[in-house]
Amino acid sequence: MKPLLIRGGRVVDPASGQDAMRDVLLRDGKVAAIENPGRIHAADAEVFDAKGLVVAPGLVDIHVHLREPGQSYKETIATGTAAAAAGGFTSVCAMPNTIPVNDTPETVRWMQSPERGASARVFPIGAATRGSMGEALTDYAALREAGAVAVTDDGKPILGDAIMLAALRAAAAVELPVIQHAEDTRLTGGCSMNAGALAFRLGLRGMSVEAESSLVERDLDLLRQVRRGHLHVAHLSTSKALNAVRAARRAGLHVTCEVTPHHFALTEESVGLYDTNAKMNPPLRGEADRAAMIEGLLDGTVDAIATDHAPHAAHEKQQEFERAPNGITGLETALGLAISILHIRHRMPLAGVLALLTSRPAQAVGLKGGSLSAGSPGDVAVFDPAARWVFRAAESRSKSKNTPFDGWEMQGRVRLTVSQGRIVFRS
Amino acid sequence: MAETKGPSRKAQKLSTLSLFQQPIHPGSAISAMNFSVAAVRQILLAADALEREDPLRRAKRLAKRRVALLFYEASTRTRTSFELAAKALGADTTLVSSLSSSIEKGETLKDTGITLKALGAECIILRSPYSGAPYLLAQTTGLPVLNAGDGMAEHPSQALLDLRTILQRLKIRASAVNEKCLRGITLTICGDVLHSRVARSNALLLPRLGARIIFCGPEELLPESATAMGPGVSIERDFDTALRQSQVAMVLRIQAERLAGLKIDLDEYRRRYQANTERIAACAPKTPILHPGPIIRGMEITDEVADGPQSAIAAQVANGVPVRMALVARALKGGRR
Ligand SMILES: [Zn+2]
Repeated sequence: MKPLLIRGGRVVDPASGQDAMRDVLLRDGKVAAIENPGRIHAADAEVFDAKGLVVAPGLVDIHVHLREPGQSYKETIATGTAAAAAGGFTSVCAMPNTIPVNDTPETVRWMQSPERGASARVFPIGAATRGSMGEALTDYAALREAGAVAVTDDGKPILGDAIMLAALRAAAAVELPVIQHAEDTRLTGGCSMNAGALAFRLGLRGMSVEAESSLVERDLDLLRQVRRGHLHVAHLSTSKALNAVRAARRAGLHVTCEVTPHHFALTEESVGLYDTNAKMNPPLRGEADRAAMIEGLLDGTVDAIATDHAPHAAHEKQQEFERAPNGITGLETALGLAISILHIRHRMPLAGVLALLTSRPAQAVGLKGGSLSAGSPGDVAVFDPAARWVFRAAESRSKSKNTPFDGWEMQGRVRLTVSQGRIVFRS
Repeated sequence: MAETKGPSRKAQKLSTLSLFQQPIHPGSAISAMNFSVAAVRQILLAADALEREDPLRRAKRLAKRRVALLFYEASTRTRTSFELAAKALGADTTLVSSLSSSIEKGETLKDTGITLKALGAECIILRSPYSGAPYLLAQTTGLPVLNAGDGMAEHPSQALLDLRTILQRLKIRASAVNEKCLRGITLTICGDVLHSRVARSNALLLPRLGARIIFCGPEELLPESATAMGPGVSIERDFDTALRQSQVAMVLRIQAERLAGLKIDLDEYRRRYQANTERIAACAPKTPILHPGPIIRGMEITDEVADGPQSAIAAQVANGVPVRMALVARALKGGRR
């Protein structure tokens, strides 16, 4: 593989605090050098002119559904990571709700095998319970040994008090976070959107804010009983749950959390007349909750922007709203939405936005990566922070096109993505 | 997203779903909001005219046109009256119900719709347990879709026949229908509002003609968020108080099939919300009493009231056919305004 010299760009690396004009040389899959402009001489290197562009660590998404094994008609590891590359992501954590559920070291290894043809590094997350049935714990040490970076039953919660406590304890013993999909499913049967006036008007049963916050509060109570336990709350969507996390963090608990782009970009109004591309779980909430997500991102309570990339085939989404599956794709729109909304509209420094997409998510699940300095993995995202562009779902690299952001104009466009020294996307 | 900075939808919305979607046919009746006030007047005038018309002449209007009834839920009143309405206009009808078709074998609504269209259906009358289903059918077939009830969402033909019944009782002619024709009229809708598509469609229709709607019922069956149906809708938990302010009343049954585990104390419910002789005599001695059916006698309404002189229940049923004739005719003419 030819070395790659990214020349003339502005290097923004939240992990080291660096924000300066630098040239970056990638060699043998690693960052070989970062120097003042013009200082690196590598005659054998391919040169990429990054003038006017931001050179950042490859983005890290700790919540994606790659659908393999078992549902390759929705997405494969190859197509999902191609979409990741197009969005500037070089590391993705793959949720275990595949078919079969990823609850064994064999599946963890299978997902990471070179034969999957991944364009980004894939970090599997193992099931917290066997078959994600919420009854018996999986073997956390073996999952970790095989490469799993966390455990979760995402798609559904770890509901029982005793099993959740056991999961937190077992995960703490092997230093893995437990990622919770916080939804008290005893309160959400038959529900397909946020509870409230709009749900009433549309004749849909609504998921209450409390269905999320009560489970987060329960989990925090359990976490207090576990030495060195680490709880990570997936796709937080309500002000109430966010406040619980904020208070627990202040009290010294090791709790981290993520927010999706759609929960800080959209409200339940997007459901419109039963648009299934606005159906996800947790559901889009009201404006006050959306604003609270923004606030949590700005004030540091939220550790990560994670997409919850959830591809579904067109025929699955073309069903009655209540029957259509939850979720939307998100890998290719995350950076544009984050820059447009957090950086441009809310004036969050670019380094802060990038921290939410690189170093902080990497730290939340203990990944190597999410940083850009000599010796770190050759994972780089180069983007034009000023470019305005229109996202077209039809042009998406993902196998599925279920997105509410089709036709959206946003700012910040990926120009080059490099995974382990190899160019995996260029526009 | 109106700001100039940040993401916007000013780029043309070209949804991935929309690649396969057709515009909703203007002859569709999916929501009560599909009818402007002028359209309501037109429909009611058409209902009057069709009702008066010589049956033999009437049967030539849609002779041999094809209308499909697609019913995923049991129905007596609505199905029969839509069918009679279509037949009275001369149309051929075919009934596809969940008990006797491949929809039990897992065929999607989209595919069933496409199949019916391929068989020559020009209009589909749909009843579905899923809120919003008629939009999906209209978008995937491009045909006019008449909503015969979708989940908890809407039942617009029922709202129109309720309106016709109310206007008859108040001696207001269809030609007089406008934004003010029901000014000063309050309709109390009492009972299981939460699960009622009839309540929703009425609340979307009648206030636009000047009426006020009072929803009445216990918290479990009537959440505070119900007032968000729109202007002119309020909540009064006490049935007597609501009745005393009303010129028209409607009672609803408790929809046991949609309660989803909710437990209601039925004795308490009867005590507080039943339309019985004592309550009606004391609080609403002249008020017409409507009920969209099916009636659970002895529960939300007593025999005496249901069969008594104030009951408009039979009139509602009778109004079903002319109103639905007007809707079917409108659908097949492409949404005459
Ligand atoms: Zn989840």
